[in-house]
Amino acid sequence: MQGPLLDFLRAARSAGLRISPAESIDAARAVEQVGYADRATLRDTLSLVLAKSAEEKRLFADCFDLFFSRPAFTPEQPEETAPATADSPLAQMLLAGDQSGLAAAAEGAASEIEVANITIFTQVNLYTRRILERMGLAALDREIASAPPAMAGRLREGRDRLREQVRELVQQNLALYARGQAEEYRNRTLTRTRLAAIDRRDHDRMRKLVRAMARRLATQYGRRRKRRRRGLLDARRTIRRNMGWDGLPFLPVWKEEVIDKPKLVVLCDVSGSVAAMAQFLLLFLYSLNEALAGLHAFAFSGTLVPVSDLLESQPIERAIPAVLDRAGFGSSNYGQALADFAEGHMALLDSRTTVIILGDGRGNRTDPRADLLAAMANRAKQIVWLNPEPRPIWGTGDSDMPRYAPHCRVAAVCNTLDALDRIIAGLLRDGA
Amino acid sequence: MTPDWYDRLHSIEATEAGLASAGYIASRPIATAAWLAHHLQKPILVEGPAGVGKTELAKALSRWLGIGLIRMQCYEGLDESKALYEWKYGKQLLYTQILKDRLGAALGEEPGLDAALARLHGFGDLFFSEQFLEPRPLLRALREPGGAVLLIDEVDKADQEFEAFLLELLSDYQVSIPEIGTVRADVPPLVLLTSNSQRDLGDALKRRCLHLHIGLPDARLEARILAARLPGLEDELRRQLVAFVQQLRTLDLRKLPSVSETIDWARTLLLLHVRELDVALVRDTLNVLLKFEADIEAAEPRLAELLASARRDAVPIR
Repeated sequence: MQGPLLDFLRAARSAGLRISPAESIDAARAVEQVGYADRATLRDTLSLVLAKSAEEKRLFADCFDLFFSRPAFTPEQPEETAPATADSPLAQMLLAGDQSGLAAAAEGAASEIEVANITIFTQVNLYTRRILERMGLAALDREIASAPPAMAGRLREGRDRLREQVRELVQQNLALYARGQAEEYRNRTLTRTRLAAIDRRDHDRMRKLVRAMARRLATQYGRRRKRRRRGLLDARRTIRRNMGWDGLPFLPVWKEEVIDKPKLVVLCDVSGSVAAMAQFLLLFLYSLNEALAGLHAFAFSGTLVPVSDLLESQPIERAIPAVLDRAGFGSSNYGQALADFAEGHMALLDSRTTVIILGDGRGNRTDPRADLLAAMANRAKQIVWLNPEPRPIWGTGDSDMPRYAPHCRVAAVCNTLDALDRIIAGLLRDGA
Repeated sequence: MTPDWYDRLHSIEATEAGLASAGYIASRPIATAAWLAHHLQKPILVEGPAGVGKTELAKALSRWLGIGLIRMQCYEGLDESKALYEWKYGKQLLYTQILKDRLGAALGEEPGLDAALARLHGFGDLFFSEQFLEPRPLLRALREPGGAVLLIDEVDKADQEFEAFLLELLSDYQVSIPEIGTVRADVPPLVLLTSNSQRDLGDALKRRCLHLHIGLPDARLEARILAARLPGLEDELRRQLVAFVQQLRTLDLRKLPSVSETIDWARTLLLLHVRELDVALVRDTLNVLLKFEADIEAAEPRLAELLASARRDAVPIR
């Protein structure tokens, strides 16, 4: 496989395309067929082999254009003075205005010091200097020092211009090879950061991450699934399947259990302490739409407010602040919220419903009404409590968690996107 | 021995021209895909909105190359007995009945039970041989002596398990049948898979395919397609019609009209002997272009405006 293709594959991976070794081999075979001569054809070809979705096609197109648009070493004002002779080849090229020679030298030096290994922007200066040194900067500097003033001026000018051009080259390499790593690193850290601590300016990125996670789960669990129960014969289908053999059961058919899409009822504490967490949970659940049979969302701090209508009628970016407006930022009263639910919405619960409660279980010393939670647990399939607080402080101060926990099938700590993903995936897998 | 259609795919330009001769105006990426699929011997996965000519591409290839088109429509619950092969149960039973009478004679002179069984084993394989094999589309495509175009339509509608089952076929052009062994294609078929992106296909499947995304065409290409499909259409009308459809696609609609709808509409106008578009006419025939009540309601009040700008922007066509 030739160098340019390898470099391009690396750049494409960094741009976010997922390219397997098998696809690299395909790309090499394809390029063997079409050659590098016609850029449009090369682009069509590589796009066919490497980019496997509409989104990837877009990324590919950007990356391809960037990769094949090397910064031009444009010739500036024509040299009016007679070309003077210089000792070092670099000075020679600068004086002669040999831009293509300079470009080639810069590219050569760049690949010798492996500029493609650049990972973060602070390395730009370092790599620029290394390339210039490799091109013979030291010799040039000596020459400038010893040259007559007029020529030294021209050389100095040329050197500065060259430095800018090389820097541009390095920056382009940074954009090509390092973008992916940096993005990936930030995303990885974000999924592990406590949701309450996430900075406001990262919210957009978080939304994207949440959506991507939800989409992954939705495609995995969005369809009705079946689980085979080996050992229980399905007599009717066995006879049908074996009609070809006169009903002799050569191929037994086992009974299957259909895994339903889960029905969820979500109660979200949106008081000041857990509001940040709540908005990501709601966003996550609403992005999961496809994988869920039905979702009823309630928010509370003091009294319980149904918010499904808000979340359905408005785009999620506007809906969540509206929810927080309607119910949020008071001091929480779990007993009141449970009582409101028991009074008005108990009918939502049946043997297929999972209740997810998100909150820290701190009711400001009000009556916890754990009896109501017990009644809900009896009606519903299960209750899952997600608590953003670490387990050791459950039960300290005004926390009623120990009273609620016995009625929940799962009471888990959930304070990062990773944890949220893990818990919801578990629910979907078992059909909640 | 290589089949003669191999020569026709000698260059991308030849492929483009060839497809055009079969009535399919291919954009450059499409022609490249068809050409590359042959030279790398890889299947093409074609994605894109409904009605942009995904299935038509397979038909055109088969017409142009003069080889058979074997089409398999995917649906939920499709399994290998419907896609690959099945045993001819009836025939097997019939033969058993016939053989029953002759069995005594065949085994008569064997002294013991063991010897008789050993002899019977000799016949055993008879029932699971080529003779009793009912080939389904995939196997037929592999065994076609001169090659074929195999179209696996709407693969996203089939189950995930079926996708996994396609992998062996797509990567090596062979399938394993337990009773017979491996069937390998002498002349690998040109394989096209189409998908409407109802669900994301597995990475394993995508990795084995060239991925071609056909989007809605630009005005120039659409006009060429119309000219190829409906030669009777006058240039002026064609120009207006294409420009109008292009305008319509800028609206926020649930289902944008695609090429097949444009062709249907053009055909309608041709039948009505229309020479020029006007608002009343467009309103009456809008249901050919738009397939949702909500879309029609959204487009109707803006028809005059769209028509006006279509007349203004209409691109000159060759």
